[in-house]
Amino acid sequence: MCDQTFMAITFGPCDNCSTTSPLMNIYIKNEPTNYCSFCVEMMACQGLLKGETLASLKNESESLKKKLEEERAKLHDVELHQVAEKIEVVSALSIKTRRVLKGHGNKVLCMDWCKDKRRLVSSSQDGKVIVWDGFTLNKEHAVPMPCTWVMACAYAPSGCAIACGGLDNKCSVYPLSLDKNENLAAKKKSVAMHTNYLSGCTFTNSDMQILTSSGDGTCALWDVESGQLLQSFHGHTADVLSLDLAPSETGNTFVSGGCDKKANVWDMRSGQNVQSFETHESDINCVKYYPSGDAFASASDDATCRLYDLRADREVAVYQKDSIIFGVSSLDFSLSGRLLFGGYNDYTINIWDVLKGNRVSMLFGHENRVSTVKVSPDGTSVCSASWDNTLRIWA
Amino acid sequence: MTIKNAMRDHGQRYRPRMACLKKVGSAVLLEMQDPKTGVKSQLQRLVITTIPHAITGEDIVAWLANKFNISAEEGRSLGTMLVALGYIYPLQDHKRLVVKPDASLYRFQTPYFWPAQQWPVEDTDYAIYLAKRNIRKKGILELYEQEQYNHLHKWMNHKWDFIVMQAKEQYRAGKERKKPDRAVFDCQERAYWVVHRPPPGTVSGMDYGLDRLIDPNAEEVTETDLIFLTFLWLPSLSCFLPRVKSSVSIGALVKFVTTHKNHDPFLAQCLPSNPWVTDDVSYWTLNMANVEIPTKMRVERWTFSFVELLEDPRGRDDFRFFLKKEFSGENLAFWEGCEDLKWGAAAGMSEKAQHIYKTFLARGAPRWINIDGTTMEATVRGLKHPHRYVLDAAQTHIFMLMKKDSYGRYLKSQVFKDTTKNAINPEEQKFTDAQLDQNARNRRPSLSPIAIRQMELEQKAKLAASGPVDITQVMSKLSKQGKDAPPPPPPKK
Repeated sequence: MCDQTFMAITFGPCDNCSTTSPLMNIYIKNEPTNYCSFCVEMMACQGLLKGETLASLKNESESLKKKLEEERAKLHDVELHQVAEKIEVVSALSIKTRRVLKGHGNKVLCMDWCKDKRRLVSSSQDGKVIVWDGFTLNKEHAVPMPCTWVMACAYAPSGCAIACGGLDNKCSVYPLSLDKNENLAAKKKSVAMHTNYLSGCTFTNSDMQILTSSGDGTCALWDVESGQLLQSFHGHTADVLSLDLAPSETGNTFVSGGCDKKANVWDMRSGQNVQSFETHESDINCVKYYPSGDAFASASDDATCRLYDLRADREVAVYQKDSIIFGVSSLDFSLSGRLLFGGYNDYTINIWDVLKGNRVSMLFGHENRVSTVKVSPDGTSVCSASWDNTLRIWA
Repeated sequence: MTIKNAMRDHGQRYRPRMACLKKVGSAVLLEMQDPKTGVKSQLQRLVITTIPHAITGEDIVAWLANKFNISAEEGRSLGTMLVALGYIYPLQDHKRLVVKPDASLYRFQTPYFWPAQQWPVEDTDYAIYLAKRNIRKKGILELYEQEQYNHLHKWMNHKWDFIVMQAKEQYRAGKERKKPDRAVFDCQERAYWVVHRPPPGTVSGMDYGLDRLIDPNAEEVTETDLIFLTFLWLPSLSCFLPRVKSSVSIGALVKFVTTHKNHDPFLAQCLPSNPWVTDDVSYWTLNMANVEIPTKMRVERWTFSFVELLEDPRGRDDFRFFLKKEFSGENLAFWEGCEDLKWGAAAGMSEKAQHIYKTFLARGAPRWINIDGTTMEATVRGLKHPHRYVLDAAQTHIFMLMKKDSYGRYLKSQVFKDTTKNAINPEEQKFTDAQLDQNARNRRPSLSPIAIRQMELEQKAKLAASGPVDITQVMSKLSKQGKDAPPPPPPKK
């Protein structure tokens, strides 16, 4: 459980500007110091380390990377599939399409479940965001966004608001209303502002904060009411395509994956990048935490899904098959963490046995790429959104 | 159709597909075309000529299923993707880029027209192609092609002479080829354009969505990034992280699966039934957030970990009830207050922090919590400049206290025993086909979360208005009567 490994986070006066704030531990000329995140950025931008050349920096970072790998390898004493040998095999699954949600006029790019386990919100390329009751197929709300390619949408934990964004570079929060005639667009609150497209957004444990990831390479934490930027996260060197919040209520971390092939784990309080994994061969399209919070999986254009153990700090499994040559756009775990659902660009969903590493089943039905796959909050079904303009609920 | 912005073309269109195209092109396609071990090929008879190397859809599917050891359905899906990308093209029904698992004929596309090639698919080339076909026989263009042609004619008017000239050249060069070669080339070229300029209403395999910002062909690491990397991220990643042996952490992952196995609706039967499968919502009704009597499965999850108990509102209520009986409810209340501070709105945060301090931490506070001296000192110091994480250390301390002490006692307590005894264990409910049909017809909407929240707010307002029993007053009264342990001495400064 997350409570066993705590990053020693210091709060206090910055060694440079003396303002009290969460501090990041950094090394300047091999001396450990504590800077607030603002001073860290200033330092990097001013190039205080003028004695270094680009080449010497590259060499140093290469040797540090090697040292990191050596440290990781020291505690590597067993493989996942070895431990999984004693576990019984997953019995045959009989999963079928139970609902087909039609109503979007164009590619469905993203979806999110409501905590009530039956409602969901979906967003599409033509700018429409629809809130559905998945069980009855009723469309409860429809919000027209001012931009196309709404790539991110999220349902608030209370079920009373939704957040969405895309090519408008913003994340906007819409409070939902029981009044069918109310114009939801009028109550819109622009919360997040990025300098490029919004790729992912999620509410934290309440309706008051949202976490966003963007094509500009950063993630950020925002206060919904005031639109204030609470914390920004720098570390990716390319578009960030996805993020996921750690599941436990005592966890304060989240993971993000991007086009620089890196999956980074961040501390929400200090903005610090606490862990990083770079084993994929292409863009990471989606990252998701394992239900216990001690591991996460990532989906990439290199047609593999990979599982990373956070406490051992390494990759522990790769889910791939010769016949699977198309990129994975999205993935999610079943409730127990035994099954991994992956939505692929070849219009199929593959279901993997997380522990043994083999594919258990395949789901056919979509007529274009699967863009998002999410298991419902109580694990009773999985919903897939696709570029064929529909969503399907499978159980 | 938009005119492409030539300046921004970093080969972006290939980025989201690059990895898989390499695999397809280099490995699979070559093997498929192997004369001995590849797909069986045959002759296609046209009116006068015969064209070699035609393959049937069913042979494609069979070969793929055999090569990758997959089902026929998957083989068909994979074959369809190869056709959609333009590596194989259909000879009949050329506008539908799918693999039909029957005797329909296909042919391998020449590598010249493979999608992995590095030059962009230009509108100019498309214009030349359409013009060429127009020259060969007027009126041969389909409606959508005619529309594209007119559009291109309008937008490329300035180079139309060049386009017509190129078209005439290509047409002339084509006439000099032998008839079979010409027929094959025409097919290949037509297939190429079906892939890259799909007819309306079809799904395009070339459609990859939005461009990503990074240039895939450059090693773009800026100096700033390198500085960050070398002095900030990499050192902290190596040194600060308390790593654990693989056997320990992997063991924990496996243990999680084993304990939760029976609770996973995909692996074990949902009782009484999975609402999505049978259209019967009993499962959801029995497991609502504030239900009076929980199910046995739900109660079992509370025993897995303290966090599972807290995360379930019904479990937390049960725990709170137990703590009330033990007169140690302030720990949970403090923890909830800290959560509210962390995740709450930025406005009013310092007031919240002060309120929590006055209620739980200050000397003589009505609901004083017991934390060690160092943590208390650090917290009080931090409260001078409150931020949302100022109570983190204290919260962690209290959380561990509850986890290591109260949680264990709760699981052995009478409260928990009673809850377990009364918990419902629903039977599996099987439905006949007729009943399932009826269930499907009777799907009802549920109460909206918005309505639920409104009701909760109204209830809170009612309670506040009617003046409830203030637990803090009760506590202080009880302690005065000596029924409680004497209050602990105030922390030394």
